[in-house]
Amino acid sequence: MTNATQAVLTLEGIAKSFGPTRALDGVDLALRPGEVHALVGENGAGKSTLMNVIAGALRPDAGRVLLDGKPVSLGNASDARNAGIALIHQELSLFPHLTVAENILMGFETARAGWLDAEANRARAMRVMERFSHPAIAPNRRVGDLPVAAQQIVEICRALAGKTRVLLMDEPTSSLERKDVQRLFELITSLRQEGLAVVYISHFLEEIRTICDRFTVLRDGKSVGGGLVADNTDDAIVSLMVGRKVDELFPSRAGRSPGKVVLSVDKLSCPPMVQEVSLQLRAGQVLGIAGIVGSGRTETVRALMGLLPSKGAVSIAEQPAATTGFLPARRQSQGLGYLSEDRKREGLALSMSIADNMSLSNFGSLARAGFVDLQRQADSARSFIGSLSVRTAGPAQRVGALSGGNQQKVALARLLQQDAAVLLLDEPTRGVDIGSKVHLYQAIDDATRRGKAVLVISSYLPELFGLCDQLAVMCRGRLSETRPTEQWTPESVMAVATGAAADKGNAA
Amino acid sequence: MNLRAFVSRFGYLIGLIAVIAIFAVLTGAPERYLSPHNLRVIFAQTVTVAISAIGMTMIVVSGGIDLSVGSTIALSGVVTAVGLRDGWSPMLAVMMGLVTGAIVGVVNALSITRLKVIPFIATLGMLGAARGAAKWMGDEKTVDIPATWVNEIAVTVPIVPWLVFAPGVWIAAILAVVTAVVLRRTVFGRHLFAVGSNEAAARSCGISPERMKMWIYGIAGVFFGLSGVAQMSRLRQGDPTVAIGTELDVIAAVVIGGASLSGGEGSIGGAMVGALIMAFLRNGSQQMGWPTYVQETMIGVIIVLAVAVDRVRARARAQG
Repeated sequence: MTNATQAVLTLEGIAKSFGPTRALDGVDLALRPGEVHALVGENGAGKSTLMNVIAGALRPDAGRVLLDGKPVSLGNASDARNAGIALIHQELSLFPHLTVAENILMGFETARAGWLDAEANRARAMRVMERFSHPAIAPNRRVGDLPVAAQQIVEICRALAGKTRVLLMDEPTSSLERKDVQRLFELITSLRQEGLAVVYISHFLEEIRTICDRFTVLRDGKSVGGGLVADNTDDAIVSLMVGRKVDELFPSRAGRSPGKVVLSVDKLSCPPMVQEVSLQLRAGQVLGIAGIVGSGRTETVRALMGLLPSKGAVSIAEQPAATTGFLPARRQSQGLGYLSEDRKREGLALSMSIADNMSLSNFGSLARAGFVDLQRQADSARSFIGSLSVRTAGPAQRVGALSGGNQQKVALARLLQQDAAVLLLDEPTRGVDIGSKVHLYQAIDDATRRGKAVLVISSYLPELFGLCDQLAVMCRGRLSETRPTEQWTPESVMAVATGAAADKGNAA
Repeated sequence: MNLRAFVSRFGYLIGLIAVIAIFAVLTGAPERYLSPHNLRVIFAQTVTVAISAIGMTMIVVSGGIDLSVGSTIALSGVVTAVGLRDGWSPMLAVMMGLVTGAIVGVVNALSITRLKVIPFIATLGMLGAARGAAKWMGDEKTVDIPATWVNEIAVTVPIVPWLVFAPGVWIAAILAVVTAVVLRRTVFGRHLFAVGSNEAAARSCGISPERMKMWIYGIAGVFFGLSGVAQMSRLRQGDPTVAIGTELDVIAAVVIGGASLSGGEGSIGGAMVGALIMAFLRNGSQQMGWPTYVQETMIGVIIVLAVAVDRVRARARAQG
């Protein structure tokens, strides 16, 4: 490919193995100044490994990194930083005990003979922060005291503090609110005009369409294709990512047959986050709850599960006693299964095996006289590994060693193993690659067809529209009426979610 | 600075004043409890723990811990004593004591960074090894030393009257101020906090946590060595069985002073106040004629209370 502008950063045949696993197996990438280049691929395709190679945190086993056409060796993080390469991590990598300004300049403070020049450092930090002004961020605030979205912005500021020419962003919007995403995009646009080259990793094709010029697809550690974003349809990009035709991401909803009401909630309250929420959930049906982050969706299911104190009436299956105030263990025995939105802290025991994680809610079914039947446990785990297509060495592998998508499959398998009648799924596909999403959607559909009642919370509207039979929208602790999915549009959902439908005129 | 910020910043100082005030009243004789002589006793007794607490603060803030302090104190003291006994110049003998401390620290850092042993275990091993080395050096006996200026470092009443307090007290105070400034105002200090706050992030900012730990444990070792010299000077002999369990007093001082054992938080000033709170408490209990078990129980309660109050403050700040 001939092009007038020379690439600022070129990768040729980069390979990297961890033990027997080939994380990268021949990656080529050319990055031109002034372009935003999307790097897409399933979780486990090697995107984060590649970022770490470019940022100097990992040394490649083979291949070359060229900067302005000259081969460079990036032995550690400071080599890369000195070369003008900055990485914004997916997982925040900040110093919670230090101030915003200290965080931004960490590693290249202005100093004379080891003594910090307080004035110069303050001025430098201020200059960077002006680029992305945010009301919550003062230079002297402790980063640990800031909300997550503001922390993400501090991380972005730090990447811009040096003489950055190549900016690597690994899912930078994962914890940002809508208006901060907008700000970030404006910043990226202005950086592009200044001639920076940006590598942008995201699972959201919409974002990539909005902000990226070109894209490269990674699959199984190889670069398998790429081109101009504008020349390719979403389906074409997704096909490249998963390596097969994706006719439809979502299983067809046709032929689902809703049964009896198994969960009935009347005026559930858990002030101030949940106010008089009422809903009904039928067997063989998926109910979706939309709403912006912080609208009380998570608190609603946590209250249902007995994880938050609440008032109101909750009746499960045909048990007449409509009560609240039960402990989670009781709720579980009544047939509720809960999948937390926080996979790492609540959803899984990362240091335990896949088999143990899958049976955590229901060891009883696999035990005799208090002793776990290891053979039965392994067999049960193997069957879920098969039905959910978990990519793993076997039931004894540590869950922490799996990619995000495969971890999420294990977390869902725990509810299926528990054989819960009602599945409460909070953001079941957050941070998950498209290939794994397809598997998760399929598993949810299968469970529904077996007569389970499913409640799905999601911030990703296409997912709710693709998966759910009924939708309701939450806004400031209140839940709208439940209507069939066909009666909603993405616009009407957003109008309710943002409160625009309730207080017109006030919104403008 | 408003009142809340003041309380949150100098809370531990208020604790110290409270302890002093309570005992001044309880003993019924504040003029004796706070007499120049009694203050001299208290300060001279605190020198060993205070100097070690400076080094321990650096280690704890960087996310580590050192359980080998007591043994290092004994070993450095014995090395210095053996040097003095064998007729080395006092200066050389003291220097060897400090170097001994530094070597112990560097060995700790090597097991932590190279052998990847967590600090708790690495220094637990050193607790035994350094104690053994001290007994070997001293032939399992105390080492008597000739009279030199080294004997005057930690005396209760200095021979130079205008010093008022023992030279060791002044050395501890100066080192505390210098280290506090270094932690606040230098790149080294900033990076030390960074390693304790988030080691992986520090690495991605081009800081080498391994190299930092070599320096931190090495420098802290020098402080522990100096504590050993001070301890030996006060006893006027090198005793390989001295300072058993001192590391726990040192850690207690650092923690009462607001440091977090998970790293990233702590201050030298706090640690000094922590050491003084325990010293005033012990001395006050003695003056009251209370049995030792009362002091021990009270100090135990104070450690837990201090940290509990700290947690409440942290939560209040997170919400404010």
